[in-house]
Amino acid sequence: MMDWTAVILSVKLALVTQLFLLPPAIICARWLALTSFRGKPWIEGVLALPLVLPPTVIGYYLLVAMGGNSFLGRWFEALFGQPLAFSFSGLVVASVLVNIPFAVQPAQRAFEAISLEVHEAAKCCGLTFWQTFHRIELPLAWPGILSAMMMTFAHTLGEFGVVLMVGGGIPGETQTLSISIYDRVQAFDFSSAGTMSLLLLVISLVTIAISYGMVERLMRRRRSS
Amino acid sequence: MSLSLELRHNGPQLDFTAEIPKGQITALVGPSGSGKTSIIRAIAGLLKIKHARICLEGECWDDSRRHLPTRERSIGLVPQHHGLFPHLSVLGNVETSLSHLTSRDRRIRALECLSLAHVEELEGRHPHELSGGQRQRVALARAIARNPQVLLLDEPFSAIDRGMRKRLYLELRRLHTQLGNTVLLVTHDLDEAAQLASHLLLIDQGQLLQAGETTRVLTHPQNEQAAQLLDIPNVFEASLESTSSALSQLRWGPHTLQVSTTGLTGTGRVKFAVLPQNILLVKTDKPWGSHLENPIPTVVQDVVALGWEVLVLLEIKGNPEVQLQMRLPERAMRRYPIETGSEVIVCLRSSDIILLE
Repeated sequence: MMDWTAVILSVKLALVTQLFLLPPAIICARWLALTSFRGKPWIEGVLALPLVLPPTVIGYYLLVAMGGNSFLGRWFEALFGQPLAFSFSGLVVASVLVNIPFAVQPAQRAFEAISLEVHEAAKCCGLTFWQTFHRIELPLAWPGILSAMMMTFAHTLGEFGVVLMVGGGIPGETQTLSISIYDRVQAFDFSSAGTMSLLLLVISLVTIAISYGMVERLMRRRRSS
Repeated sequence: MSLSLELRHNGPQLDFTAEIPKGQITALVGPSGSGKTSIIRAIAGLLKIKHARICLEGECWDDSRRHLPTRERSIGLVPQHHGLFPHLSVLGNVETSLSHLTSRDRRIRALECLSLAHVEELEGRHPHELSGGQRQRVALARAIARNPQVLLLDEPFSAIDRGMRKRLYLELRRLHTQLGNTVLLVTHDLDEAAQLASHLLLIDQGQLLQAGETTRVLTHPQNEQAAQLLDIPNVFEASLESTSSALSQLRWGPHTLQVSTTGLTGTGRVKFAVLPQNILLVKTDKPWGSHLENPIPTVVQDVVALGWEVLVLLEIKGNPEVQLQMRLPERAMRRYPIETGSEVIVCLRSSDIILLE
């Protein structure tokens, strides 16, 4: 049987993560694509850490950072009257941080694909910074940004380790689809686990295919321009 | 009034001062890596120069106090690979440079510019659907849309095949006659500079070697470096024997050459150049007489056909280590056939011998 509460919570988490993550990720991706400085590999390395660190390690550090004894935890509780750890808000913070490389890297590659001549032509056409950004750069980087959105969405739906560590799997609050599948397997309810796993599999496959399609289109445009 | 430039910079190395005449096409010629593109980018405000003074008709775009942003400079740029916006149609590309106009005026002006560049029928196409020549015309239409005082063309014909290039030369000349703006054309192709530009700036390693009217620069290099860049192979060393008000005498191996000079003083080693097309072949039946200027007996080493021209490599009699290159029209070879090993007399007219600094 499908755990619709978990499905809705997962989709909600994925959408809220997009909302908070995408604008700063696009700005950061553009900055990394168009600037060159000595410490850049270190910054890129820090942003890519969630790709290589075990989710339990990230989850542990986030739990420590959000716990009631931490500055962030105390500040959040004082402001909103509820703890950050083991809450949906905590889950959003964790999800945003874990998804940074999935959002930044495709967008950065897309901004890097815009040639210097195009940037300079925009300046010579009399465009201001913002006109250049929204009329030239954003449309050209759009396949990469769409790819970033897809990857972030799919990764948030499927995230398990960090969500379990930070959220604890509270039904209706922090129990996402992947946690629910885990719980169903623990309870030997393989039928429900199978249905929900199939749903995640289909969503992930479609998302990855669309994402690859976008990258292919981006590469075609890069070759033709 | 002209566009006046003073640029000093490290990386790319520039120590460049020049005046670009108003309303003319000026070619900026030099080898790869000589700083041509850096100069054009500095004029456009795309490259911030350590010490720059760029003024157009009294208005300074760059000096010690200010660096005017690119969008506020009255320039149009056609980059080497055209820099078209790949996601926009041809019309959209031109309209982008007219954002200061209303939507209706923008469209009217963009169509006018496309018509001037003879690409009005392509307005709905995207850059990837265009040929190299069409892209170049669209880039030109976009560059002239804001009616700039200075048009900067950065090797715009380099990615275009030879046949199309010739047609585009004519189109650019026609467009320039219609618009009359100041054009700076970056190229490393001397033929292109000769066909398009009335003035020429010759640069190397970020420094101006020579400037002036195109024909004058191409035929009268000031020094050996300029002669090398102008692809003049006949550069030789001789001794200055005597000078008078109009003529000087050079001792060149066993030969004495009369050279037209003014203001030359002293004696010693000098370098001189002769353009291959200025070496005259003396008809074999012509009597050897005093009316011939600087006759030199030579032996033909090789004859290389270059289509409508022939390159003849000559060894100077009595000075075998020196090789002279002579270019003749192909029809001259049909009238006076010469072959490898034959002995011929050539004339170096005193006015065609260029003394180098």
